[in-house]
Amino acid sequence: MRVVFKTSYDRDIDLHEHGQSRAKIAVLLAIMVALPFLVGDYYLAEAANTLIWALAGMGLMVAVGHTGQVSLGHAAFLAIGAYADSALMNAGLPFLVSFPVAGLITGLFGAIIAVPAVRMSGIYLAIATLAVFVIVEEMVILLEPITGGVGGIMAPSVTILGISFDRYAALPNFYWLCLAVVAVVTWGYANLMRSPTGRSFLAVRDSEVSARALGINVTRTRALAFGLSSGVTGLAGALMGHYIGFFNYELFSIFISINLLLVVTIGGLGFIQGAFLGAILITAVPQLISILRDNLVGIGIDLSGIPGLDTMIFSLILIGFIIYEPTGLYGRWLKIRTWFEIFPLARKDMFRRQKSYLKTERMK
Amino acid sequence: MELLQLMIGGLANGCIYGLVALGFVMIYKASEGVNFAQGDMMMLGAFIALGFGNTDQMGLPFGVAVLLAMVLMFGIGWGVERVVVRQIFGQPQFALVILTIALGFVFRFVAGSIWGYTPLVLETPFAGQNLRSGGIVISLADLVTIGVTLVLTLALWAFFAFTRIGLAAQAASQNQMAAYIVGVPVMRVNSLIWGLSGAVATVAGVLYATRGAIDPNIGLLGIKAFAAAVIGGLGSLPGALLGGLIIGVVEPVAGRYAPGELAKMSPYIIMLIVLVTRPGGLFSQIQMKKV
Repeated sequence: MRVVFKTSYDRDIDLHEHGQSRAKIAVLLAIMVALPFLVGDYYLAEAANTLIWALAGMGLMVAVGHTGQVSLGHAAFLAIGAYADSALMNAGLPFLVSFPVAGLITGLFGAIIAVPAVRMSGIYLAIATLAVFVIVEEMVILLEPITGGVGGIMAPSVTILGISFDRYAALPNFYWLCLAVVAVVTWGYANLMRSPTGRSFLAVRDSEVSARALGINVTRTRALAFGLSSGVTGLAGALMGHYIGFFNYELFSIFISINLLLVVTIGGLGFIQGAFLGAILITAVPQLISILRDNLVGIGIDLSGIPGLDTMIFSLILIGFIIYEPTGLYGRWLKIRTWFEIFPLARKDMFRRQKSYLKTERMK
Repeated sequence: MELLQLMIGGLANGCIYGLVALGFVMIYKASEGVNFAQGDMMMLGAFIALGFGNTDQMGLPFGVAVLLAMVLMFGIGWGVERVVVRQIFGQPQFALVILTIALGFVFRFVAGSIWGYTPLVLETPFAGQNLRSGGIVISLADLVTIGVTLVLTLALWAFFAFTRIGLAAQAASQNQMAAYIVGVPVMRVNSLIWGLSGAVATVAGVLYATRGAIDPNIGLLGIKAFAAAVIGGLGSLPGALLGGLIIGVVEPVAGRYAPGELAKMSPYIIMLIVLVTRPGGLFSQIQMKKV
């Protein structure tokens, strides 16, 4: 058991509790940077994909995990980010400009939607975002000159200062680009969560009434969180467009929205680390299923004839987590870690869930 | 004349949206949760009726098949509540949203593995029969749909307004703890409502199947039915029906006079307009508590 000796109030809100956790992050980052030299192209592409999913997951985490706003339409923001980035690059802007601008456009769009949407609570917001998703999907088809309509659009190749960051021609560069974006966003996110703004997100999530009583402008806070969330998701969408290369509206289906929800719920709601764990799971499980499939064929069981098996397995995992471990993978890890840290002193009902009763949202 | 024809078809369509929306509203009224798998329950109900009724499957008479399907779906709804939903009793709504979305995928997978993904047609006694008056053709299926929907909505409304269990369900939704204290068996009421909504979903599914072929993905119609429920104000049974009718009528009319994409968007645009102008829906159930 480690004793953290605090000598100033600032230590309370430090990003890292002690030097060791800072060192751990540094080691992790070093391994991630060195990854192109350690693994082959196939796994490197998967790693880039995981990073992009983690980025999108962080985007959704701001809304769902930290502000308590459920969104079923985040695929729409991925789409807006991807199309805005490609359109701006096709208009001749360099990636360094188009990428942040695409995030900004998506964020503004999200904030505009959020202004009426945040007045709704819980379920209404979820349904409104679903509606926005359908509208955006149809708009993509309608705005054919920009988006290529049903046919789709080719994401331009990324070049920064004459160096190619193309997803196929220069995969390690593209991977480092994703890593850099993810690292910067994660750093910003972690810092946001220890600022007054981030704390007000948590307050709004935990109790709207008490947040209002503490002088927090609930509407503005929720709109800001939603805007930030969609902006980050838009950045992920832009990267995803470049990663896929050629995409149309079908890439950003309702299933992507649900997969994103899966990332944040299974990873652990309210933990930045959760977005990463969830992203790893969501990119690894299809691979594992296909490996399993190949092995089962060897012993005479053919699963390839069953369509939709992947979604089914995902759904069962999700149901299992919601019921038995609502805090997700990261929550489980925290419990295991605590058990080891305080070793002989852990008690069985230390993490027992408090019994709760639902009260209507119809009376405020 | 053309407009009138479109509107009659739209009304019948709207009735189906309304029926699925009724399922949402029932569960919402009873447990303040939204069952995102309602559309998939409708799909499953239609397939079960098809499995009982079609001659190449079990070949039972149509009425018997539908009744059996309703009973079975009542059981499935009840069972889902008992086995899965009850586990997250008292948790925030968000958990139920995700849980039911996942359940919807499970239903879709089950139906897909039993009946396959190619569209199938339910055999009905009133297939292809039309009534003509003036220049308008009304299919018997449309009339049956409208009639059944009206009767069912009235019956459910009476159930919630006048019966003991209906009132108990409303009490449970407003404050679970308080309902317990006054002696409402909250869990049992929830199971019953889930079962009932399964049966209603079956009716919706069968009516949907009288109007065209079904495949495991028709459950996505549930999203439109949400729009209907929200337009009417979640928690209001007549509102759900009205919302369904509005969507059902606007959709084909918009499809006739505007580009197809706009027609597809129209339910959601109406819904957003309603949400922005009247956040509680047309028949609002939200009240500010006076302190």
